Amino acid sequence: MSGKERPLLINAQDFDGLLSSLKKLGYTTYGPTVRDGAVIYDVVDSANDLPIGIGDVQGPGSYRLRRREDGALFGYVVGPHSWKRFLHPPTVKLYTISSNGKILASVENANQKMAFLGVRPCELQAIRILDKVLLEGEYPDPVYAARRKDVFLLAVNCVEPGENCFCASMGTGPEAKEGFDLCLTELLRPEGHSFLVKVGTEKGKELISSVPHRQANDDEIELASKLLALSRERMKKKIEINGLKDLLYRNLEHPHWDEVAKRCLACGNCTMVCPTCFCTTVSEATDLFLKHAERWRRWDTCFSREFSYIHGGPIRYSISARYRHWLMHKMATWVDQFGTPGCVGCGRCITWCPVGIDITEEVKQIGKRDGEVKVKVE
Amino acid sequence: MMKDGRPKLAVFKFSSCDGCQLSILNLEDELLEIGQRVTIAYFLEASRATVDGPYDVGLVEGSISTPHEKELIKDIRRRCRTLIAIGACATAGGIQALRNWKDVKEFIGVVYAKPEYIETLEKATPVSEHVKVDFELRGCPVNKYQILEVLTAFLAGRKPDIPSYSVCVECKRKGTVCVVVSRGMACLGPVTQAGCGAICPSYGRGCYGCFGPMESPNVESLAERFLQLGVSRRDAALMFKGFTGWAEPFRKAGEVLEG
Ligand code: SF4
Ligand code: SF4
Ligand code: SF4
Repeated sequence: MSGKERPLLINAQDFDGLLSSLKKLGYTTYGPTVRDGAVIYDVVDSANDLPIGIGDVQGPGSYRLRRREDGALFGYVVGPHSWKRFLHPPTVKLYTISSNGKILASVENANQKMAFLGVRPCELQAIRILDKVLLEGEYPDPVYAARRKDVFLLAVNCVEPGENCFCASMGTGPEAKEGFDLCLTELLRPEGHSFLVKVGTEKGKELISSVPHRQANDDEIELASKLLALSRERMKKKIEINGLKDLLYRNLEHPHWDEVAKRCLACGNCTMVCPTCFCTTVSEATDLFLKHAERWRRWDTCFSREFSYIHGGPIRYSISARYRHWLMHKMATWVDQFGTPGCVGCGRCITWCPVGIDITEEVKQIGKRDGEVKVKVE
Repeated sequence: MMKDGRPKLAVFKFSSCDGCQLSILNLEDELLEIGQRVTIAYFLEASRATVDGPYDVGLVEGSISTPHEKELIKDIRRRCRTLIAIGACATAGGIQALRNWKDVKEFIGVVYAKPEYIETLEKATPVSEHVKVDFELRGCPVNKYQILEVLTAFLAGRKPDIPSYSVCVECKRKGTVCVVVSRGMACLGPVTQAGCGAICPSYGRGCYGCFGPMESPNVESLAERFLQLGVSRRDAALMFKGFTGWAEPFRKAGEVLEG
């Protein structure tokens, strides 16, 4: 399906119908909901669980919810969670081993069906990146594969950018072009609250036909594209992506890496919230009698010194080396490895860094003093 | 080792609240197994019956804060093949190390009716300042599952799986919303070693630093952030000077903040 077909329109009150249809089809429905002062992702049972009339204000190292007067269902931008949590879970038991040599793989339920509601355009790209890394390589990850097999992606375009979003620079938003089953644009007009719907797949088509809908008229189509153009314009944060890879490769010894390291806590929050950071650690646990062992996989972070530990010591001892490694991977080495940057411009690492380190600012600093080299004092 | 081949485990207490020993006893489902795997040879909190040393594994709770303890720990070291310090007191001095910044004689004079009966050291210090320690397990109190892991690992002759990264990693895995970012609250999580499962942030409180400094704590940057959030220098200093305040990075942060 090309998405070239005329978009449809549904009334906001019929959103609930989409949800119940998904449930009838056997999907567990995950979506945004408010918890502990943030919009997080969890199981949602009905539209009432959504952050109705909730927006957010974000800054480097800062996030607050705000009330909106308009009753928008998707009036917030991305929060601390990402879909990675469900596709590539934080903690997984890989297998159990007993002393008689029996290895029992903990097989993921291969029939699980998950529907993700309110997937943002940058998040669609993040899922595509995870697919590439975890599914399309030589050794597909069985946990990811089982979970990814039947995912319904209900995307929502971003008519209002967040303060830390820079998806326009990364070419991933604010409008979703592909990779969704359905894509909604929320329209809040005096004459009513509705969604413009683009159909991406047969699955999406089936779902939309389960609720009352009609073809969108020209005004509605124009309004949606105006809103998205405005959103792009209002996006304050930018990053110069042209030549970025080479800029970074040229500046491995730039003094700014040490300057960031003075602020960076090496806490790992940025990698945990990043929708594409996929690194894990694997460890075994045994019982006291060595009759039973388990192998567990957990999210890990390249900001940990232990993470790069090999015989003789850690490769990235200083925080400076660790920050550089992370940023270089996101913006440069990822391109060589997987064909696109590892960053989708969602801004999570900026918002959820306890000290507000801003990847776009750090890149700017390197660019401003391109070629400067750290002077060794020893 | 006992005649039946089971290693001998001893648990010793120094200046402490007994909370870490209780964490061992709180291993309700595993305690019987531990009793089968090792001989619990010396553990006064659990039983008056004791078996003489030497011991294969000795767990030490508490800091060294009296002249008597200073000698005793040397003796215990000689009697234990493997010596493991458990908890904030044994690994960082604990809450009683708060006196290390003050004149202890003055305290004694104020607190005790007959100060002359009190024998104490100037400072309460971690076990590792007195004898060689084979492993330090952090926490106030220790996490009972980490105790079990350390014990299992030492009995099997492997390295315990005890991470040294920050509490934030556990906090984020759990899906907790960061209290620094969403509420502007001060939290020691970024500079504190994981292990507790990020309990406090999941109840809407900042981390108190019970597990001591993580592998590369950037205390200067976090302290600066606390001040930006509107925490007074004194309150920020008091945060660092808490349960593991005598651990060097936290001690320095506290001292710098107090000027
Ligand atoms: S690096 Fe930061 S902005 Fe880029 S995708 Fe990851 S969290 Fe989002
Ligand atoms: S950049 Fe921020 S979130 Fe990432 S490790 Fe450093 S301090 Fe933590
Ligand atoms: S609440 Fe504390 S421990 Fe959790 S991520 Fe934030 S700073 Fe780290």
